[in-house]
Amino acid sequence: MSEKLLEIRDLHTYFWTENGWVKAVNGVSFDLWKGETLGIVGESGCGKSVTALSILRLIPNPPGRILKGEIIFEGRDLLQLSDEEMLRVRGNRISMVFQEPMTSLNPVLTVGRQVGEPLELHRGASIKGALRVAIELLKKTRIPAAENRATDYPHQFSGGMRQRAMIAMGLGCEPGLIIADEPTTALDVTVQAQLLDLMKSLTRDLSASLMIITHNLGVVARYADRVNVMYAGKIVETGTAHDIYEDTRHPYTLGLMASVPKIDQDVKAKLVPIEGQPPDLAHLPEGCSFYPRCTFAVEKCSKEVPPLETVGGIHQKACWIDVRK
Amino acid sequence: MRTYIIKRVLALIPTLIFATLIVFFLIRMIPGHVIDLMLSQQDISADKVTRQKIEHELGLDAPVHIQYLRWVSGVVLRGDLGRSLWRQTEVWKDIKTRIPVTAELALMSLMISLLVAIPVGVYAAVRQDTMLDYIGRTVSILGIAVPYFWLGTLVMIYPALWWGWSPSVELIPFRENPLGNIKMFLVPAVILGLFMSAVTMRMTRAMMLEVLRHDYIRTAWAKGAPEKIVIIRHALKNALIPVVTLVGIQVPTLVGGTIVIEQIFSLPGIGLLMYDAVLQRDYSVISGLMLFIGLIVLLINLLVDLSYGWIDPKVRYK
Ligand SMILES: Nc1ncnc2c1ncn2[C@@H]1O[C@H](COP(=O)(O)OP(=O)(O)OP(=O)(O)O)[C@@H](O)[C@H]1O
Ligand SMILES: [Mg+2]
Repeated sequence: MSEKLLEIRDLHTYFWTENGWVKAVNGVSFDLWKGETLGIVGESGCGKSVTALSILRLIPNPPGRILKGEIIFEGRDLLQLSDEEMLRVRGNRISMVFQEPMTSLNPVLTVGRQVGEPLELHRGASIKGALRVAIELLKKTRIPAAENRATDYPHQFSGGMRQRAMIAMGLGCEPGLIIADEPTTALDVTVQAQLLDLMKSLTRDLSASLMIITHNLGVVARYADRVNVMYAGKIVETGTAHDIYEDTRHPYTLGLMASVPKIDQDVKAKLVPIEGQPPDLAHLPEGCSFYPRCTFAVEKCSKEVPPLETVGGIHQKACWIDVRK
Repeated sequence: MRTYIIKRVLALIPTLIFATLIVFFLIRMIPGHVIDLMLSQQDISADKVTRQKIEHELGLDAPVHIQYLRWVSGVVLRGDLGRSLWRQTEVWKDIKTRIPVTAELALMSLMISLLVAIPVGVYAAVRQDTMLDYIGRTVSILGIAVPYFWLGTLVMIYPALWWGWSPSVELIPFRENPLGNIKMFLVPAVILGLFMSAVTMRMTRAMMLEVLRHDYIRTAWAKGAPEKIVIIRHALKNALIPVVTLVGIQVPTLVGGTIVIEQIFSLPGIGLLMYDAVLQRDYSVISGLMLFIGLIVLLINLLVDLSYGWIDPKVRYK
């Protein structure tokens, strides 16, 4: 592989609530290489979005705080940058495509203005100049009649088109990293696949890296080079998409595979949800966070937190048990 | 759009008829008939014949509904609001000469109220729970709780007692002395404006807090927009949609406020005309004024509604 683009070390992002500190991201470390597509999967509430928002330093404070860690992007620790320097990273070197296409666009600004805005902000483009680029970007994301649609408002767009506009918005400044936070859950499966194909090819054109955040292991299998599986604010298994699928080593990943429909799976295939609920992030159990729901659990699991250990190549898991036995 | 406006204007007519009807009859029910007042002032012992003569001359001997129909037909056919019962001047002319004073007072008050309310409301929302937020909120509660006529009266009395300063009683025309004119209106406009700004400020603050939670604000931050742009371009326009409604609702308050404030500061505007007309039971002046004020209030509300189309792209008139 080529150069490292992003290196996250021991990231801790907590939220202060009535119940104490919610440990949304609790010691996450991973790397991202130039041009690579990384998938982050896990159940709702496991800290995927908080990880992404931490990279952009968009954690609402209060209640949230990045307590510790390093986020080294293009050689600089983002957590050490001044607020002004951070403004020049957001939307410029790192752009984010948000999960809710219906609410992530501003209802009172035209789509073209919003798509072109990063160019206004980072390239000093005029409103008109930015609009011209925005039309090109909308064409790239295959919005029909882009010239006319650019002056429409978001409510005049369908859900899929808004999502395309969100993608277009992320491309203008040719960022090094695009983070797509569950870009497709609200859409039907074919649209979902189309958008992900589009996103993948557009990021390839920019030779940018792509981080796809999703519940859906099927998405990950098809689009990601590498996968991080998250549970309760930690990475519990990581490796190539092949490692995760064909050589699964964590009981939680096994559970996810059984419980989530895959894009190319027969719809009638039986889905088995993982028993139980994710833990309360303010009061994590001692030992492994997953052990209360784990069918493999042994005594040790309730006492000691398993570290992330290499099982071969870049494949790592955080589990005391060898699930192959 | 044009048909929408025409429809809306036509819809004003029944409202206006209803409003004038109510006023026309109600004002005649207030004890103290205009003739009694006239006679008592002129110190004429009211024998029945003089009384009937005056009544007849003024057209007040006819039954009330006939008087109303006469008045309405005058308005509709000749655009004639009638004549003052006391002065015999044309009501429309009386109103017209006083429009500039009231318009200036109302516009200045409105501008002051918005210039105070919107920045303070936005600031209070963005720096929620800071000192300035608390100060803004406290002052705005005072603004709601303290009646402006009380404040206005204090302003009239205390500076005069302490420093011998009192607002000018003589109207300074803008064309002759612009500065003096603005100075003259400033104190009453500030009092009325601050009073109105209290509610607007609270609304702006609440709406900003609400809007700032939306996903599209996060999108704006994620683009690298600085705080100023996030707040002004992305949040404020959304927050102002309901504030515009509120300003529309406040128009009658503004009208009522100018009546009282003009009285306190003796500004010869429409409010003072109304005040005097009510005291004198000058029925035709009151009816004419009500029609005029009603029309203005309704038209301003129409303008407010139309401005949604400009501020909120989801609203398109068909
Ligand atoms: N503003 C906040 N205040 C308090 N807690 C928060 C806040 N934002 C996130 N959290 C907590 O952080 C945890 C992780 O949230 P996050 O949004 O990262 O989940 P996610 O993995 O993205 O889930 P989903 O798949 O549903 O989007 C959640 O348990 C949530 O309760
Ligand atoms: Mg999320």
